[in-house]
Amino acid sequence: MHYILEILPSLVSGAGMTLKIFIWTLIGSLPLGLVVGLGLISNIKPLQWLLHFYVWLMRGTPLLLQLIFVFYGLPLIGIVFPRYYAALFAFILNYAAYFAEIFRGGLQSIDNGQYESARVLRLSYGQTIRKIVIPQVIKIVLPSVGNEVINLVKDSSLVYVIGLGDLLRAGNVATARDVTLIPLVLVGVIYLLLTAVTTFILGRIEKHYSYWK
Amino acid sequence: MLELKNITKRFGDKTIINNLNLTVKDGEILSIVGPSGAGKTTLLRCITGLEKVNGGQFFIDGQPFEPYTNRTNESVIGVVFQGFELFPNLTVMENITLAPTLVLKKSAAEAKQDATTLLTRLALADHADQYPYELSGGQKQRVAIARALAMKPNILCYDEPTSALDPNLRQEVEKLILGLKADGMTQIVVTHDLTFAENIADEMFHVEPNKSK
Repeated sequence: MHYILEILPSLVSGAGMTLKIFIWTLIGSLPLGLVVGLGLISNIKPLQWLLHFYVWLMRGTPLLLQLIFVFYGLPLIGIVFPRYYAALFAFILNYAAYFAEIFRGGLQSIDNGQYESARVLRLSYGQTIRKIVIPQVIKIVLPSVGNEVINLVKDSSLVYVIGLGDLLRAGNVATARDVTLIPLVLVGVIYLLLTAVTTFILGRIEKHYSYWK
Repeated sequence: MLELKNITKRFGDKTIINNLNLTVKDGEILSIVGPSGAGKTTLLRCITGLEKVNGGQFFIDGQPFEPYTNRTNESVIGVVFQGFELFPNLTVMENITLAPTLVLKKSAAEAKQDATTLLTRLALADHADQYPYELSGGQKQRVAIARALAMKPNILCYDEPTSALDPNLRQEVEKLILGLKADGMTQIVVTHDLTFAENIADEMFHVEPNKSK
């Protein structure tokens, strides 16, 4: 117990980094994913090709490789990110691609009749998307988005590769130093707590959207 | 008065409507009848601006009018879709007030007052705060009519208003349509139900399948 209290501060500080990556990635990638999703179903062919290429690139290579590339590779062409921002940049681009595909599926499942009835009521495209389409899409995509959000909690541990001190890294350091698995057990417990809270919040959001069918 | 002159509509090399001429006088009910696949709905979609015609002209009170590109805020033609196409994420009240507030720029209070009047008239006053999934087919249809009327159209169009309803509700719809006629509303009703068409129509228009297609 004494030992746990001793290592807890470093684990909590690592969990703070994990949470920061988690929250900022969501804030950046969800809106970006929605915009890309709308672009994927647009009628502008060159835009579609470009976005399909982006989604293919992001989903077709490991996130770990993308992190390494952003932090170690981009400086070679003069783009230098500090560690933390390199991590955010890679995570947002990667997750936005997954979210874009989820949103595309949601957008395509909205019946054309909804667009047509909005059209005869003279709503603009923007008004139709904001007031009619997006509220319906959010309800449809919530379970899939929730899956990715839970994944993100755990994927955030990949930032160790560019030297950021997240939760898993804090546990690893303590394990190597003190030759005991207790820190890693604690790390596992903290991840479980984080996903429990996330799952609870996602459940509340789904419930919030259950007022209509 | 709505006039269609030499309206032609093709899908690819199939001619659905060929040089069609049609007049709808103010305050009249025109029934468009004909067998399935004859192009009744396509004709209605051309009139309501959901399809672009390949040839011909529309006139309203003698003035040229292009339904497909008409994006002025002045509502000329309202539509009650076969599947009603209510917005499932909005309450009955919100379904009706959405376009008047966004498009006609009415104040929320004014739009709500107008909607309440319509709902009372259509025997829906108790359902204002319900969502579409909580309504019966007949109630949904009346909400769709109220939503179209809230935009103060010159002409109200219906696509197969009896097809999604129980047969015993047909009389209700007849009464409703004739009630609106008594208020001077010009109406166009597409239906495959000849008895229904005869009961309500001042004029009947038979669409024949185009043999050349």
